Amino acid sequence: MSRRAGLWWSIALIALALAAPFLFYPVFVMRALCLALFACAFDLLLGYVGLLSFGHAAFYGGAAYVTAHCVKVWGFPPELGIVAGAAAAALLGSVFGWLAIRRQGIYFAMITLALAQMVAFFALQAPFTGGEDGIQAVPRGRLLGLIDLNHPLAMYYFVLAMFVVGFAIVRRAVNSPFGQVITAIRENEPRAVSLGYRAERYKLLAFVLSAALAGLAGATKCLVLQFAALSDVDWTTSGEVVLMTLVGGVGTPLGPVVGAFVIVTMENYLAQAGSWVTVIEGLIFIVCVLTFRRGIVGVIAPCLTGRAAAPPAPEPSPP
Amino acid sequence: MFSWLHIAMPPAPALFAQLLVGLINGSFYALLSLGLAIIFGLLNIINFAHGAQYMMGAFCAWFLLDWWGIGYWPALVIAPFAVGAVGIAIERLLLRRLAGLDHLYGLLLTFGLALVIEGLFRQRYGSSGLPYTIPAELIGGKNLGFMFLPVYRGWVVVFSLTVCLATWFVIERTRLGALLRAATENATLVQAFGIDVPRLVTLTYGAGVALAALAGVLAAPIYQVSPLMGANIIIVVFAVVVIGGMGSILGAIVSGFALGLIEGLTKVFYPEASNTIIFVIMALVLLVKPAGLFGRAA
Repeated sequence: MSRRAGLWWSIALIALALAAPFLFYPVFVMRALCLALFACAFDLLLGYVGLLSFGHAAFYGGAAYVTAHCVKVWGFPPELGIVAGAAAAALLGSVFGWLAIRRQGIYFAMITLALAQMVAFFALQAPFTGGEDGIQAVPRGRLLGLIDLNHPLAMYYFVLAMFVVGFAIVRRAVNSPFGQVITAIRENEPRAVSLGYRAERYKLLAFVLSAALAGLAGATKCLVLQFAALSDVDWTTSGEVVLMTLVGGVGTPLGPVVGAFVIVTMENYLAQAGSWVTVIEGLIFIVCVLTFRRGIVGVIAPCLTGRAAAPPAPEPSPP
Repeated sequence: MFSWLHIAMPPAPALFAQLLVGLINGSFYALLSLGLAIIFGLLNIINFAHGAQYMMGAFCAWFLLDWWGIGYWPALVIAPFAVGAVGIAIERLLLRRLAGLDHLYGLLLTFGLALVIEGLFRQRYGSSGLPYTIPAELIGGKNLGFMFLPVYRGWVVVFSLTVCLATWFVIERTRLGALLRAATENATLVQAFGIDVPRLVTLTYGAGVALAALAGVLAAPIYQVSPLMGANIIIVVFAVVVIGGMGSILGAIVSGFALGLIEGLTKVFYPEASNTIIFVIMALVLLVKPAGLFGRAA
């Protein structure tokens, strides 16, 4: 990215993010921001380690349930509730990751999907998750005992802060020596191993980080919408985050964010259309896979920032 | 000796009834994972639309009966061919374009297909199930002394076992199967011998899809015909495939039936875990033998 164009785009985006609650319906933007963070967390795994997880809803929804329970039943303040949700997601991620990284490629996708389905059954059957109803009427509370999150603007800037923190962690991880190693593992795992890197450890660490951030997104979403529901842990949510990342551009910094906003906007407009939303999402999947594998950001960003040569599309590593 | 173990032994008929339910589920797991394994062998694609195609098979039987009054027995033949034809079109129009790309794209494409198919059916028929009656010849049941066996359920187990073994025979013991296995090992070489490998690939995908549709027809009188029936079963079948490993046809059949039985037993002794037992077993198998019980090491 040429420096000056990149700077201008960054300033424009920051201004838009700060002004958004005055321009759009705040809850809509907040929900989109949570899903954008979720997609960024997911893309850390797909775009940089080359692992397609089809079970990320377990971390997103699992954290939402934990936060809902902590805040509503145990009376945690919101900041602690979110920390608890993200920590639970990280713990769950370390177990799932420990199991799933034993296989690669499509097996990895099937394993994560199956493990996440266990969480979905748990959420349906456990005595404290509210079954079909989920956990409703979760109080937003006072942040640090000072700021009343029931005020829409306060909630919005809190969500924005959570998003920026999560996004910064992803960027920092990707642009660190750790990020270089996981990319090396994606490109050529045997070679990375022969250079002395313990691929399993790096993969597991990336998985746990991704799960924790997905949990951060789910926990924040739980406070925004004030409920945790079965749909949060459902496999359709896992599919949705794949779709967002694919549409926006796998392995691009802003791709998952753009994808999340595109998909959430579409769902918003088609809310009355029932199952047609599913059909359209399926069609977008098919079109993206067949003709648009670099995604919106992967195609547009090089034009906008005036970079001469487009980077090669980051493709997930062969299994 | 096991007085510390508080497991209530259920009465024998209840136990056998649950074992039968397990065998029925196992039949569907076996048929579906068999189809998945065949498709994966040649196309290197995990067919995420497999559940949707199973659902299409059930709906095809329902359409035949409801629209034209065509009964169960013809449907058992027509539905696999009809849905298999749809599969062939999908392979020709869509999957073929993914040649040379990462296998994950095949998974994503078929996932999109599953969403489209299931969304369309749900838009038209809602989420509640449609009833499909058991054919007259298979109504009723037999008292075996130790349990009551509904004839239709017995038929499903016997028929799907026959289909599974026939498929195994075709693949392992016939010339066509030899070609298929050769193309799995080295497609380029087989093509050099003058075999039309692209056509073989198309037909293989069609056959795998037809197996799913056949399972759907068999399932129609047992479960309700519902747009969601495929989505519910496919994730379990994925776990079955991970447990069995996809290297072996016989492995897919054996693990399908075995896991159905284990699930049935869990329903008797510890019903709370019956939904998740297969996933737990998957986790254990991954710890002990990551390539799957019958799989070749990666």
